[in-house]
Amino acid sequence: MAILEVQWVEAAAYVGAALCMGFGAIGAALGEGYAAGRAAQAIAKDSELSGPILKNMLIGQAVAESAGIFALVIAMLMLFVNAEGATLVQGFAYLGSGLAMGLGAVGSGLGSGFPAAEASEGLASNPSTAGSLTTNMLIGAAICQTPAIFAMVVAFMLMFTDYSSMALWPTWAALLGAGLSVGLAAIGSGVGSGMPAGSSTLGISRQPAAASQIRTNMLIGSAVSQTPAIFGMVVAFMLMFVDFSDRAAWPTWAALLGAGLSTGLSAIGPGIGNGFTAWEASAGVARVPEASGPITTTMLIGQTVAQSTVIYGFLVSLILLFIPLEASTNIVDWTIPLSAGICMGFGGIGPGIGEGIAAAYAVNRIARDAEQRVLLTRVMLVGQAVAESTGIYSLIVSLLLLFVV
Amino acid sequence: MGIEGADLIRAAALMGAGIAMGLGAIGPGVGEGYAAGKACEAIGRNPQQAGLLTRTMLVGQAVSESTGIYSLVVALLLIFVV
Repeated sequence: MAILEVQWVEAAAYVGAALCMGFGAIGAALGEGYAAGRAAQAIAKDSELSGPILKNMLIGQAVAESAGIFALVIAMLMLFVNAEGATLVQGFAYLGSGLAMGLGAVGSGLGSGFPAAEASEGLASNPSTAGSLTTNMLIGAAICQTPAIFAMVVAFMLMFTDYSSMALWPTWAALLGAGLSVGLAAIGSGVGSGMPAGSSTLGISRQPAAASQIRTNMLIGSAVSQTPAIFGMVVAFMLMFVDFSDRAAWPTWAALLGAGLSTGLSAIGPGIGNGFTAWEASAGVARVPEASGPITTTMLIGQTVAQSTVIYGFLVSLILLFIPLEASTNIVDWTIPLSAGICMGFGGIGPGIGEGIAAAYAVNRIARDAEQRVLLTRVMLVGQAVAESTGIYSLIVSLLLLFVV
Repeated sequence: MGIEGADLIRAAALMGAGIAMGLGAIGPGVGEGYAAGKACEAIGRNPQQAGLLTRTMLVGQAVSESTGIYSLVVALLLIFVV
């Protein structure tokens, strides 16, 4: 009872569809649930406003839902895929596509919930700003969807490109790696962009006169939070489009998988960390609109430092992608690139989040007292430098694994 | 493709090094960043005490660094000694 190659491909498409919808359902549900909870809280404060708060909640939830709908679309397409004539490698393209969209929807769904939640709170405390609040909520939530859209682009390409003529080894690892890279990287940026969207929406209800300054700060902060997702997408594109056929299949496959994991995982931390910083910056501009200059400057310095670990992750990915490895099927030789990618990937998460939190508190105090800016920036940088150390250890261990062992 | 016992052990040690350092780096990164953030907050409230607070922050961070260093030591042992 032999299993045909096409049957394996079809089975992989179904597993891919399941991964896509399963992961993809997590974020949107969490974000919408949080928005609903905060809406209930707001209505409890002032039940006469239940109409506008409920309406606003539904609009906000609809945007958060879109990440889940992206996942549904990809999963549906994959269920009815035509596998005729496909070879085994196409199955891995489906798995990669499902992972990309499923993981990629998690952050955007959750992040879009934050502006919806804060809009309810803002409406309850200052109903006259309803129009401005809804606008800001929609802009913020739309930016949150960008990482999910990056993931969807990669998912579509993986699904509809015909890889059947490619060699199974090492292409399968490149396709899985591409999905993991863009999907994991989108988690941090999706959540991170949601944070300034939330705090700016609440801020506009408190300081409607400063709405444009608050919105500008929010746009800058969330744009920077998107950077890690872009690194993830760049690595995914390289994995999909660079021709690895002249390289030894063993151990190149492990290097390709490691490259995807390195950037994908390490992007999660800086994305979330940048979000914390931008959250406080938008809140600070809302409190003290005159200080928006120093607040934005400190935010950008702090966010830049917090990006460093995803840049290390990207560096390790480039090394893994472009430095050819000697042909060998020995277990030690293929464990090394995989281990280096996992090491730098996980190692980038903590410092990214921690440095973002450090910058968030610094921004918070500078908003209250801009004269302390120099002192606080210095303390922030010293603290961030110490928090960076474990990211550097991870980079060192990765490089030792690749070049010394 | 037969796997030799010695190779299997070596591969496990190297994979272990990556996992140990990668996961071990998460906690100190977050914790030290939080300490730095709270120090910024405190110095913002009371700039006269900046020296004392920075020292406290660094001592606290040094302690939370320790698990990261343990991970580094274990990773290096796995790579070079075991």
